[in-house]
Amino acid sequence: MIAESFSVEKGDYLRAGEASTKMKNMLKKLGIGGSVLRRISVAAYEVEMNLVIHSLGGTLSIDLDGDYIWLVSEDIGPGIPDIESAMREGYSTADEIAQGMGFGAGMGIPNMKRNADVFEIESEPNKGTKIKMGFLMGGGKSE
Amino acid sequence: MNKRFHSVTLEASRCKGCTNCLTRCPMEAIRVRGGRAYIMDERCVDCGECIRTCSYHAKVAMTDDLGIIENFEHRIALPAPSLYGQFYHAKSIAVILEALKYIGFTDVFEVAKGADIATRLLQEELKNPDRPRPLISSACPAITRMIQIKFPTLIPNIVKVKQPMEIAATMARAEYSKKHSVSKDKIGVFFITPCAAKVTAVRNPIGQEKSEVDGVISMLDIYAGVFPILNKVSADENVKIATPYGVGWANSGGESRAANINKTMAVDGIENVAHVLEEIENGRLRDLDYFEGAACSGGCVGGPLTYENKYVARNKVMQLISDLPLERPEDAVPCRVLNSFDFMLDTPIPENYSMQLDEEVSTAMEKMERINEILESLPGYDCGSCGSPTCRSFAEDIVRGYFNITDCIFILRDRLKVMAQQMVDMSNTKRE
Ligand SMILES: Nc1ncnc2c1ncn2[C@@H]1O[C@H](COP(=O)(O)OP(=O)(O)OP(=O)(O)O)[C@@H](O)[C@H]1O
Ligand code: SF4
Ligand SMILES: [Mg+2]
Repeated sequence: MIAESFSVEKGDYLRAGEASTKMKNMLKKLGIGGSVLRRISVAAYEVEMNLVIHSLGGTLSIDLDGDYIWLVSEDIGPGIPDIESAMREGYSTADEIAQGMGFGAGMGIPNMKRNADVFEIESEPNKGTKIKMGFLMGGGKSE
Repeated sequence: MNKRFHSVTLEASRCKGCTNCLTRCPMEAIRVRGGRAYIMDERCVDCGECIRTCSYHAKVAMTDDLGIIENFEHRIALPAPSLYGQFYHAKSIAVILEALKYIGFTDVFEVAKGADIATRLLQEELKNPDRPRPLISSACPAITRMIQIKFPTLIPNIVKVKQPMEIAATMARAEYSKKHSVSKDKIGVFFITPCAAKVTAVRNPIGQEKSEVDGVISMLDIYAGVFPILNKVSADENVKIATPYGVGWANSGGESRAANINKTMAVDGIENVAHVLEEIENGRLRDLDYFEGAACSGGCVGGPLTYENKYVARNKVMQLISDLPLERPEDAVPCRVLNSFDFMLDTPIPENYSMQLDEEVSTAMEKMERINEILESLPGYDCGSCGSPTCRSFAEDIVRGYFNITDCIFILRDRLKVMAQQMVDMSNTKRE
């Protein structure tokens, strides 16, 4: 079993994407490719960008247990008051800076859900958000 | 076909074992050991970066000697459009083409005409809504190979159109054979290349069984022969040249301009291309229709086997283009050509697993754990003194059994210190 975690800081656009890139490189070294890797790449990047854009900072971790690759994002706030809305395509509270950089289409969470084989989200206002995504190593969803 | 063939090779006698190429290889495919460099076959993409960086000219591109054309009775030169940029004083493209006939070729067929055809086919492929976006150019073989190794998830995005060089080879042979009524096997077609990647692409094709090209000659070798006679030859200026758009493939961004694509991005320089491919892999550039990446800065005019400075060459190409009649590939390429030949790649482009630590995921995971442990003990300077480009790759190399931990001079120094101290301690105990 192998696990690694990366801290992601609020508003750090300069390093945004680094954690997903490192995780991707790690998976490639482990010989994981094809559609699983493609799905993880998309989900990891979306969840990392959400940490940068919407959270007060958090960690992204990856964990392999033999069947699944687990991708977990955990942050220290501010939490999502209305998860149901946040899950909807097109819903976004992204600020102007994020929008100026091409984010804020409200597609991130729907994309994660679509790409992951397992998707769990918990959030508590003022405490934080935790998103856990599982990807079946031997195939899983075909997009 | 030799799967391990690479045009880029090491001239061991010239290699000093320095770290110039080691730390600048974009694929981390070079190691230095026992005072000389080694290129890892399975990771090298023949981008030619090391040919540029080696101060001792120990990295070379294997190409065919010009003499190879003697093997055929009929010899057609296929000049890459980047060749036109090499001759600053050339009056026209026609003159350059004519000069090629003076150095031994019986005929010339422009690769730029192949590019005109490739442009048309690319436009057709872009119309297919089932193809993933962005489509990624297949023109630079170094980039295609990098995708196979580093970005395997993007393989489905690679355009299925053959390289202009291959298209030109087929067309040249067919037209010549018909015009002169000679059988096709008596005709040799020779690509004049700006780079090593194209040599490898001929010997070891990607996406097709066999190349149509019979030999690949370095632009540098042609330069020496053509340059002195350029002023002396007179050419028929009415000879039909490729469209300005086909010729424009020589410069970065030329494919998109030719195919007239709006949502497109052109990136040059292999490291830059890698960064953008990373973004594409993350799903960020989904609204893009086309991505065109060239390993060389400037595009093919910046190829490692070109003579002229890439900015000068780019300008020269632009100037020659502006002298051409403004004709679109859509008008220049007859439908008959598109209908009677098949210029699409027909064998799958496989993933290349050379980055993988082990075939078994579980074993790979164990190895990765050991790598991370070793990495903790390394200083993180990425100095290259051990012979591996970074501390991380060194840790990997140790686990692969290629290096020992004491090949790191800092670890060695620490161990020696401990040993020295132990010896002092020992002699102290004796004296007591
Ligand atoms: N980690 C988080 N902490 C707090 N709020 C979040 C977090 N992640 C997402 N949200 C909220 O959920 C909304 C929807 O997120 P989603 O990723 O789907 O869209 P987006 O980030 O706004 O736009 P896009 O991802 O398309 O650039 C966000 O606008 C934000 O309000
Ligand atoms: S950019 Fe052109 S010259 Fe450079 S490696 Fe690619 S195909 Fe060759
Ligand atoms: Mg988002």
